[in-house]
Amino acid sequence: MPKLISCFLFVVSLQLATGLGAAEAIHEERSRYRDITVTQIGERRCLLFNVHRGDRNQTCVMVNDRDRLVFDYTKMSFAGLLLNPEPSRILVIGLGGGSIPLTFSDMFPTAQIDIVEIDDAVVRVAKEFFFFEETENMRVFVDDGRPFIKRAGIRGQTYDYIVLDAFSGDYIPEHMLTREFLEEVKSIMGPDSVLIANTFSTSRLYDHESVTYQRAFGEFFNFKLPTSGNRIIITQLEPLPPRGELVTRAADLAERMVKYDVPLNDYPRRLSTRVDWDMSRRELTDQYSPGNLLQEN
Amino acid sequence: MAFASGACIMTIEMLGARILSPYFGGSLSVWGSIITIFMLALAMGYLFGGRLSTRNPNAVTFAMFYISAAVFSLPVIFLSDQIMEPIFMVMEDPRYGSLFAAIFLFFIPTTILGMISPYAVRLMVKSEEHSGHMAGLLYFVSTLGSAVGTLGTSFYFVLWWEVDQILWGTIAALALCGCMILVAHYAINPQSQKEQGRHAKNA
Repeated sequence: MPKLISCFLFVVSLQLATGLGAAEAIHEERSRYRDITVTQIGERRCLLFNVHRGDRNQTCVMVNDRDRLVFDYTKMSFAGLLLNPEPSRILVIGLGGGSIPLTFSDMFPTAQIDIVEIDDAVVRVAKEFFFFEETENMRVFVDDGRPFIKRAGIRGQTYDYIVLDAFSGDYIPEHMLTREFLEEVKSIMGPDSVLIANTFSTSRLYDHESVTYQRAFGEFFNFKLPTSGNRIIITQLEPLPPRGELVTRAADLAERMVKYDVPLNDYPRRLSTRVDWDMSRRELTDQYSPGNLLQEN
Repeated sequence: MAFASGACIMTIEMLGARILSPYFGGSLSVWGSIITIFMLALAMGYLFGGRLSTRNPNAVTFAMFYISAAVFSLPVIFLSDQIMEPIFMVMEDPRYGSLFAAIFLFFIPTTILGMISPYAVRLMVKSEEHSGHMAGLLYFVSTLGSAVGTLGTSFYFVLWWEVDQILWGTIAALALCGCMILVAHYAINPQSQKEQGRHAKNA
């Protein structure tokens, strides 16, 4: 009997080993900020940061169906189209594999898309392995998001669709969680602009972050899916539109989003304005922003 | 005292990145700027402190190091925006922007804090044969203070208090050290002043 069990375990472990072996690392490099790994399983190619520390995938693409978005949080980033369906100036903070800007560029070929990425190695990897290309309308700036936005604000530039996607990975840029930062973001927003922030749904940081966004913007849409660990904040300077308007917009746009596999019709009922955080938590400011410590606790 | 100065140096250094990040971001180069400027300032401090210790070393001058370091740390609280904003406007490159901001904010107080250790060695050393021992002991205590300042700031202080509150704590600690040295010098040991006067005459 023990022999049978050990035999069974052997077979299971063999299967596990071959299963893992199928995710072949096709590129590995150590950049100034992180370890970057590119893996491929069948047609699915993924970008991973700090894989040794057990980080999640940053971006995946299907090499045989490049338009299709793989991750829920990437798809969720397009829910802002329900508030502003025709953005012409788009800002994305955090490139990753580049699937968000590539989708925007495909949807709105004439829109001006600016991307800010702190790590030039990520830009290189996105170009080499994830079909990302800079065009006349789509430029990458290797810079920190905060000074980029501060400078854009001083120059009076505005964007009508802003995606903050710099918070994935194991280190949180604490200076981009603060009230002062959000005020700088507001200075590059116009009346039609929408802000999408991919943030944290777990840990104490969720409460602190929610309080901070609420103080800066008032009511915001809290967008969570049962299938995703991410929480997306969607907000604008004007008061939020009624749900009926979102449903109509979703119906208008849903057809165009099919090829990216974004179930837009499903989104309006998921956008909540209910306060489900501890409002007594302290607001994050430049004076008080221990994001990395709060996430651990 | 050496423990306190070591802890204060590293507390200010750890807060430096937070103070600079709203203008220059959180990239590796910002940390590089801060560490470079702190190292350069400490180097200058060691040089000046060592040289000063050859001219009539006394407790009052020693206390003044602490008090003036506290005073010159005040601009970090009150003038940081005024200092960083023009640098941010002129310099597009965050590497040099953060380098210059770190010079204007941290160079002077850190230089003064660097003067403490060699000067303290001179005050503690009674005989040539003990000089190495005293220097070793002093560096042991002050570096231990640095370790505590680093750990305390990065693990706990930023979770409990605001940046300015921690800076006020540092300034208060430095001022308190200065006052304690003066009190010890004048009140507890009133003889030493006369002795020093005699000493100076003899010299």
